[in-house]
Amino acid sequence: MNIPPAYVLTLSGILFALGVIGVLIRRNAIVIFMSIELMLNSANLALISFARTLAPAQEAFRGHVFVFFVIAVAAAEVAVGLALIVAIFRSKESIDVDEVSSLRG
Amino acid sequence: MVLLEVVQGGGLFAYAPLIIALPILGLITNIIFGRRLGERFAGIVASGAVALAFVIAILQFLALQVHPEGVTIPIAEWISVGSLSIPWSIKVDTLSTTMMLMVTCVSMLIHIYAIGYMHEDVRFQGDPGRYARFFIFFNLFVAAMMVLVSADNYLMMFVGWEGVGLCSYLLIGFWYEKGEDGIGNAVAGKKAFITNRIGDFGFLIAMFLIFGAVGSLQFDQVFHWVHEQGLANVGVISVATLFLLLGATGKSAQLPLFVWLPDAMAGPTPVSALIHAATMVTAGIYMIARSAPLFDVAQSTANLVAWVGAVTALFAATIAVGQFDIKRVLAYSTISQLGFMMAAVGIGAYVAGMFHLVAHAFFKALLFLSAGSVIQGVEHGHHHIEHGDGKPFEPQDMRNMGGLRSRMKVTYWVYLIGALALAGLPPLAGFFSKDEILADANMENMGVYILLAAAAFLTAFYMGRQILMVFFGKARSEAAAHATENPPVMTIPLIALAGLAIFGGVLNLPGVHKLTDWLARTIEHVHATEFNVLVAGLSVLFALIAIGFSWQLYGRKTMKEGDPDPLRKILGPIFVGMENKWWVDELYDFLFIRPYVAISWFLADVVDWRFWHDWFHDSVLGSAYRNGSRWLAQVFDLGIIDGIGNGLGNITDWGSQRLRVLQTGYVRNYALAVLVGGLLVLSYFIFG
Amino acid sequence: MTIDLILFVGLALISIMAAIAMIVSRNAVYSVLFLVLNFLTVATLYLLLNAAFIAIVQITVYAGAIMVLFLFVIMLLGTERESIGGRIRWQIPLAIVLGLALAGELAFVLLRNDIAQGSLADLSVEFGSPASIGRVLFSEYLVPFEVTSILLLVAMIGAIVITQKQRREGK
Repeated sequence: MNIPPAYVLTLSGILFALGVIGVLIRRNAIVIFMSIELMLNSANLALISFARTLAPAQEAFRGHVFVFFVIAVAAAEVAVGLALIVAIFRSKESIDVDEVSSLRG
Repeated sequence: MVLLEVVQGGGLFAYAPLIIALPILGLITNIIFGRRLGERFAGIVASGAVALAFVIAILQFLALQVHPEGVTIPIAEWISVGSLSIPWSIKVDTLSTTMMLMVTCVSMLIHIYAIGYMHEDVRFQGDPGRYARFFIFFNLFVAAMMVLVSADNYLMMFVGWEGVGLCSYLLIGFWYEKGEDGIGNAVAGKKAFITNRIGDFGFLIAMFLIFGAVGSLQFDQVFHWVHEQGLANVGVISVATLFLLLGATGKSAQLPLFVWLPDAMAGPTPVSALIHAATMVTAGIYMIARSAPLFDVAQSTANLVAWVGAVTALFAATIAVGQFDIKRVLAYSTISQLGFMMAAVGIGAYVAGMFHLVAHAFFKALLFLSAGSVIQGVEHGHHHIEHGDGKPFEPQDMRNMGGLRSRMKVTYWVYLIGALALAGLPPLAGFFSKDEILADANMENMGVYILLAAAAFLTAFYMGRQILMVFFGKARSEAAAHATENPPVMTIPLIALAGLAIFGGVLNLPGVHKLTDWLARTIEHVHATEFNVLVAGLSVLFALIAIGFSWQLYGRKTMKEGDPDPLRKILGPIFVGMENKWWVDELYDFLFIRPYVAISWFLADVVDWRFWHDWFHDSVLGSAYRNGSRWLAQVFDLGIIDGIGNGLGNITDWGSQRLRVLQTGYVRNYALAVLVGGLLVLSYFIFG
Repeated sequence: MTIDLILFVGLALISIMAAIAMIVSRNAVYSVLFLVLNFLTVATLYLLLNAAFIAIVQITVYAGAIMVLFLFVIMLLGTERESIGGRIRWQIPLAIVLGLALAGELAFVLLRNDIAQGSLADLSVEFGSPASIGRVLFSEYLVPFEVTSILLLVAMIGAIVITQKQRREGK
């Protein structure tokens, strides 16, 4: 399929920006977390796009392998992060990140 | 014999420094040990030191027989600055040795006398511990006097001059807490010192002038210069000698600076005898005799010297006639006789002056010591009768004496000898010395002669008056009636001095002129005075007439207790003047002392205290300082410096308050900040 | 307008809208579901880009496991609703502005990049297949692979430890 890589990368950039906005706007910790996953995902898209651009060179596979690892690490990160959110919820009864402001100076 | 060989070799001169060292050694010994080892020890050490000094003086005399031109023995280099060189050397020549011999001999006798006298006196005054101190001062005096007479330049002489002045002050005020109002003796000492100081000022100015003209203060160099260039510089020499005269006037108690000597009688009698009769007061005469070459050139000043001496002689004699204190009579007599000496050196009769100086030392010391003996005898009598009515008793007032001839025989006889010597009756020493002066005055200056002859007349008169009042007639007080003679330690020196008074005339008998020849070695233009029979005869005649007058007034009908003095009726107001010393002290007080005290009071109180201290220091300086420091403290320190300190704190506080806003505690804000940072970095990489 | 481009644009639009919907949705469960949609569209894009293996991994792991985990937690915590707005006034406008700026910058860069302009070469079927990925994975990248497995183990343990209830003392 002959899609200009530039467009894919642009889409990746837009998705990333949307992920950033999501992190900054939302107060729900889980939604923030999901925005972070969105950002990761957009990075994966960019990697795959570059891998396709470089194909059929041998090092093109590196992009795919990288994405594989990113997904694995994202999974581990989600597990731990959600465990943290659960632990915070236990003490604060809320997952509103604005509640976690006791370091306010 | 060995001594002759040594003498001929001139080796004896080397002992000359001992003449100063021995008294100093004596006084140091007394300072260290005197109080601890007792009166006898202190007295013997002091007298022994002076006696040894007398021996040294004799040795110098012997040495001078062989080398009559004398030597100068250097001891040390005192001042050496630029062109001014003042070495300390001892000049042993005939003139200085004459003084050395006389001073050490008389001092020795008086020291021995003082051993006994002070023993009584410290008990009478109530402080036996002060005995040693007396002899320390006495020895110091002898040492200073030796420095004076042995000096070979004007400045060293001045050192001795000041030294004897100091000792005089110390000894006059020996009983410093006694006297009128509890400070009378100290005041007398102060008066002596200050009056002397005026004279010293003259001496200093003279030294400056001499140094300025000659370039040196050494006697030989100055006299050499006078010989070479004296006639061309008569003006300078005249002024210098005028100031030397001022110095001599102060030290030798001439007009107008004689007022200290009568008050100096407040000191113990040995002091009066030694310092104020025989030695210190003669320093002025000695100084003029030493400066003979200068006075030979400055005839006008020499003339003035003679007139000052003559007028003083007559003036003091008149006062002596009206005095009732036994020591005061002798004090004014001393002033009068010093006038004789001054007149002699003024007319150029240096030998006559020195002759009279030595003879007068003998019989005036004798008279003073005898007077002391009389006073102590009367005090003994006073103690015996146990102060009956509580009235204050004056042991020195002649009106409280009388009839002591029978009670104090030795004292009477020696006193008589001294009085006759003073009156100038042959063959006692006083006749020859005074007659030589009169003969010289007759030749040189008639006016001076007349004044001196009148003074001699009065001298005989008041001595007769004194003898008759004290020793003849009936005792006018209980104390006199019980007076006792004094122990030998006091009477033996008296007898020795009486011997000197009798035989002292041999020094310069007319025709033999030993002293003239002796002094001619040192002083130039010395001539032997011919014996003037007319003058001699007139003076003896006047003396006898004067004694006759005194017999008429005081001997025929002796005064009884409470009688007024017969002269009072005869002379009336003149006698009152005599008795009150012609109000000279009162005049000085009015003319000088009161304005001076007023000025110094003004300066002290108004200028120094009120203006300077109160206004200037307190108001001006003090308040300026206070305001300055207040400004520094408040405006500068509190305001600016504290302001800076506080300001920094405030700024930090303000800044941190503002920056605090960033610490919201919200994670999303921090994430936003991260985004902003990331955007900036990205922009930099893209666009930069 | 080739079929590729049309497909791409459609998929892109869907993914963007799903992302926006995820962000603005009040209901957390809706956000999860929109994210899943996003992932699915991206997986389809992977397929279009000859990354078959990755596409399937995306769907199974990301959309299937991770999102399900999110759903579990949302259900556990019971926080579906969220209050409107926030306590920080400038946060939302500023965030949108800056986010758009970021997007703009990225677009600016990416659209001018040379390497991104050219056309793509033809590929064999083997490219992006599990076999080829596996071949590389287990030869060149063996160590990272093993380390990743340990990482996953640690994450598991970590998750259990963090969420453990505190034991009371002396029981």
